[in-house]
Amino acid sequence: MSKRRMLALFSDFDEAHAAISDIRRNEVPGVTVDDVTMKSPIEHPDVEEVLGERPVHIQKFTLFGAIFGVTFGFVFLSAAQAAFMVQPQGGKAVIPLPSNFILMYEMLIFFAVWSTFFAFLFLSGLFKKRSALYSEKISLDQIAIIVEIDESAVDPMKTLFQKHKTLEIREEVIQ
Amino acid sequence: MTMATEKDINEQIAWAKINTDVLKSMENPRPAYWVTLFVCVAMVSCAVLAEYIQYTEGMGTANLNNPHMWDMYISAFVFWIGMSHSGTLLSAILHLIHADWRKPIYRFAEAMTTFSLLTAGLFPMIHLGRVWNLYWVLPYVSDRGIWPNFRSPLVWDAFAISTYLTASMLFLFVGMIPDLAICRDNTTGWRKKLYTLLSLGWVGSDRQWRHFRKIYLLMACFLIPLAVSVHSIVSADFAMSIMPGWHVTSFPPYFVAGALYSGCAAIITLFILLRYFFRFEEYMTLPIMEKTCKLTFAIAMVWTYLNLIEFASVWYGHDVYNKELLIAKATGAYAWIFWTMIFCGSVLPFALAVRSLRRHMPTMFVVSLFLNLGMFLERWMIVAPTLSMSQEPHQWDIMYGSIVEWAIVFGSFGWFGMLFLIFVKVFPSVSMYEVKEMVFHRKRSAGEEDLERMTDHAKPATQTTTGGEGA
Repeated sequence: MSKRRMLALFSDFDEAHAAISDIRRNEVPGVTVDDVTMKSPIEHPDVEEVLGERPVHIQKFTLFGAIFGVTFGFVFLSAAQAAFMVQPQGGKAVIPLPSNFILMYEMLIFFAVWSTFFAFLFLSGLFKKRSALYSEKISLDQIAIIVEIDESAVDPMKTLFQKHKTLEIREEVIQ
Repeated sequence: MTMATEKDINEQIAWAKINTDVLKSMENPRPAYWVTLFVCVAMVSCAVLAEYIQYTEGMGTANLNNPHMWDMYISAFVFWIGMSHSGTLLSAILHLIHADWRKPIYRFAEAMTTFSLLTAGLFPMIHLGRVWNLYWVLPYVSDRGIWPNFRSPLVWDAFAISTYLTASMLFLFVGMIPDLAICRDNTTGWRKKLYTLLSLGWVGSDRQWRHFRKIYLLMACFLIPLAVSVHSIVSADFAMSIMPGWHVTSFPPYFVAGALYSGCAAIITLFILLRYFFRFEEYMTLPIMEKTCKLTFAIAMVWTYLNLIEFASVWYGHDVYNKELLIAKATGAYAWIFWTMIFCGSVLPFALAVRSLRRHMPTMFVVSLFLNLGMFLERWMIVAPTLSMSQEPHQWDIMYGSIVEWAIVFGSFGWFGMLFLIFVKVFPSVSMYEVKEMVFHRKRSAGEEDLERMTDHAKPATQTTTGGEGA
């Protein structure tokens, strides 16, 4: 049986939410909320209530970046300072901790920010080839629900979307 | 009778209209935009000519000699670093406290940060004289016998500013990705290619928005302490020395307040310019202008307070050099600059406290320019008098800068303006998706309030009935 990807466009969040709620209530057999992707022109704060909690792991990379930054900062500075031991220190410490703390603090933020950025790039699904189902109206003012379903669920799903006043339905065969 | 509160933005504005207005602004600015851009390019040309003279004739043309080894250039450097502060810092703080009125204006404020930092970064190079030897300051192990002094605040500066520049640019870029996708979907030709590349394949999926929310929050959290540290470190360039007028404990907060102040004043200037150039009256509204002005006024008062602290601590400290310097600032050769600074920095901001003035754009434009003039003079008053009156009286003199120095500093404003104006022509200067969010949430909360009001109307009747029953 072939698998289909279906996109339905809605004019507002309420209708889109109502359609997803119906999917959660198993009104279309074999389709769960895990098969649903929602696309919207703005960040919708209630998205967790509608689609459920979905994990975001960026903060772990931020923590890693911060720890790496502070460690690297200390090692880099100490190594450089130790390499420059021939420099007259005038009785001062070769590795001056107070000033190194300032630089380590900057390195902490530097690496944490970059690590967060790269984590965002790779974890948020950017760079993926855009599906032919993408509609430019999503970046304008419409909300899209995308579901991946078996061929047998196509008609019930269309009926469900139409019940919630969908503006447009598109579909594509994915396998 | 209660006065109706003026709204920050028209909540009935259609999302499609927001896209259209902002995208149109990138195509058809008013002619004044091109005139301003031309003026900026002319100013840059002056600076290039001056730099050429300095490059070929030597640093003597900049009047740089003992004890004035870095007057104008370090003043301009501190000024531009300061200018960079408000954009990202205020954007991050206002994001964390959910002040949604920032949304129509934060994009250009963040761009202002980036371009101010790029302008500031020019001055250490210009000041070096031998620009081609710039790489000598980089801290890497070499056989040249040059040892970076990690105890020096100047090295801390390099670390802090490069971290701040990259973090601010990332913050600006990340915040722009959804808008770049909008541009990608609505443009053709070279613009479409550029936006397709920069939008990184953004499609607005729930997964992308969830990650976006997290990264934006995390970056905002990092940028606040970073921004504070950057200008504290810049203040350490002076405060870590033992020069009179510089060895002051309150310098870090004083510098941070001054930075926020000049940045806020610049936001007002650019707000008014962009509102006019791009016909953004519906987005850069008077209530938002008023809020920005109130914020600037509050920061101006903090700056004034910190000035008074500095004067008082010098007075009561009884250090003879510091005291002499303070008196000389107020009564000596630099007195006219000192009092102009006090007028522009501490007296003129009271115009921001007057509602009718706050709502008058030409007045606010002039006031904001004078506020920044005050903040430039503040930096001059930090640097020049100390170098003119250090601990060795035989070196005492007066310094006003050479024509070459002034031309380069003058041109730096053109450089900043040119970069900024090109940016706002190529990229959306109002965040479309955030304005949509602002409109959406305000409309929704207004609906909820209406519902509550209707329920409240119903409540007294019920209570009366209950009361009646009780009686």
